[in-house]
Amino acid sequence: MKILVVDDERDIQLLFVQRFRKEIKSTEMEFNFVYSGEEALLFMDNHKHEAVLILSDINMPGMSGLELLRRIKQKYENPPPVVMMITAYGDEENYQKSLSYGADDFLTKPLDFTLLKDKLKKLEVQ
Amino acid sequence: MYIFIIIITIFLRRNLKTSLTMPEWNKWLLWVMIGAIILLVFQSIFKPFETPADWIGIVMMGVLLYYIYTKKEFQSQKFIITAVLPLLIVNFLTESIRLISQSFYTKYHNWIDAAGTFAVLWAIGTLIVTRRQQKELNKAREKALQEEQNNKVISAMKDQLEVQVTERTAELRKQKEELEHTLEELKATQAQLIQSEKMASLGELTAGIAHEIQNPLNFVNNFSEINRELLGEMKDEIAKGNFEGAASIASDVIDNEEKINHHGKRADGIVKGMLQHSRKSSGQKESTNINTLCDEYVRLSYHGLRAKDKSFNAKFETHFDESIQNINIVPQEIGRVILNLINNAFYAVNERKEENTPGYEPTVTVATKKMGNHVCITVSDNGKGIPPNIREKIFQPFFTTKKTGQGTGLGLSLSYDIVKAHGGDIRVETLLSGDGVPAGKEMGGTKFIVTLPI
Repeated sequence: MKILVVDDERDIQLLFVQRFRKEIKSTEMEFNFVYSGEEALLFMDNHKHEAVLILSDINMPGMSGLELLRRIKQKYENPPPVVMMITAYGDEENYQKSLSYGADDFLTKPLDFTLLKDKLKKLEVQ
Repeated sequence: MYIFIIIITIFLRRNLKTSLTMPEWNKWLLWVMIGAIILLVFQSIFKPFETPADWIGIVMMGVLLYYIYTKKEFQSQKFIITAVLPLLIVNFLTESIRLISQSFYTKYHNWIDAAGTFAVLWAIGTLIVTRRQQKELNKAREKALQEEQNNKVISAMKDQLEVQVTERTAELRKQKEELEHTLEELKATQAQLIQSEKMASLGELTAGIAHEIQNPLNFVNNFSEINRELLGEMKDEIAKGNFEGAASIASDVIDNEEKINHHGKRADGIVKGMLQHSRKSSGQKESTNINTLCDEYVRLSYHGLRAKDKSFNAKFETHFDESIQNINIVPQEIGRVILNLINNAFYAVNERKEENTPGYEPTVTVATKKMGNHVCITVSDNGKGIPPNIREKIFQPFFTTKKTGQGTGLGLSLSYDIVKAHGGDIRVETLLSGDGVPAGKEMGGTKFIVTLPI
């Protein structure tokens, strides 16, 4: 499973790599990291025919996660990639907006990796 | 004799202006004069009455002279006595001689008449001369009087002037005190305003700070959890005797530990920055890394605005000249300047973004550059630019284009003061975004350039 993580915090890469070390080792999951919405769109263009799961932060300089979500859902219709949004705790407004733009799931900061792992594994089974 | 009495009364009345100054005497003198005239006429008509009339005249004259001699009012006219006394004496003697011995009188009447004539001449002469002298004296006296009066007027005016000067001085002093008082109040108000401006920008920062602290804390928590897992795995590896695997895990743990340390310090720096911002400036210059300061505040400002307005979004770029060494500044003050400029820049791009020009990409750039013995901090935006009619005013206190209650109008004014106090300079370059011109990076925008001496 290919997963694209979009977050402007660069250390998020090391964190994911460490958290999913077993899954990465077993090639069960493949992680790619970009640091902005613009880079994410570029990545999607380059991997058009692959099923990619997107995990995006909302609060980023430049293109926000919401804008990225809107564009992805607009551009890739068949089949639309799964997009999970990471929202700040209690941020109802962004939650509602993400929902209206067609987000598939939500995670709140700080990230609960056990929960995330479970969700990813469920998606894998599907 | 009567003629002299009449002359003297006229003299006295005129010289002393008795009708004005002493009406009582005036009346008496008038009566004396009239009496003298009647007696004179009477004497000339009735010859037998001549001698008694002479005696009455002598007595009248004597009384008159007595009064002139004794009364203070006539002191200035005493010369009359000198003039008339010989005549009186001569007359008195003549009449006495005639009364005692007519023969003696007849025998010596030539001498006696001569004495009488002499006395008359003496009286007339003395009166005329004295009168002239008196006139001159009077003139001089009048002049002196006039001068005295003038002096009096002058001194009165002087006094009045002095009073006026004193009044004015008092008034001025009062005004000065009032002004000083007002100045004190203004200073106090200014200090209050500076504090409230600080607090206002702190309010804007709080949300940004919360966000900024949240992220490093998440990393600290996550990496420490991972490390616990990794150390567990490492134990297993050691138990299995796989030391190579254990060593690999150990190096991961060390990497993570570094991250924990890094993010811990990051959170620490943010809290310190916040404290520094809210605290009253110590005014102490400290060796400061200007790049770190800029980076800190651009993040705080960005996240602060994001927290306030969820739809807000902009790109920010930083171009830091790494060759800049630490410079001596009051960090919280320069921090405020940077924060203010960045906040303004984000505000400007957001304003333009609301116009929904297609292709517009709101961007704020913060750059530092070493230029000889100066450091330049440039904060640029691609907003709408500053219209020429307000360019002159932007550094004036209380000038703001924001809606009432949204801006204090003190940001740039305080920034200007702070930069000047550091011996630096702050200037602005701005380009208006033209109507109908497609938005692009080069079209429109404002650039604030702060120069600080190293």
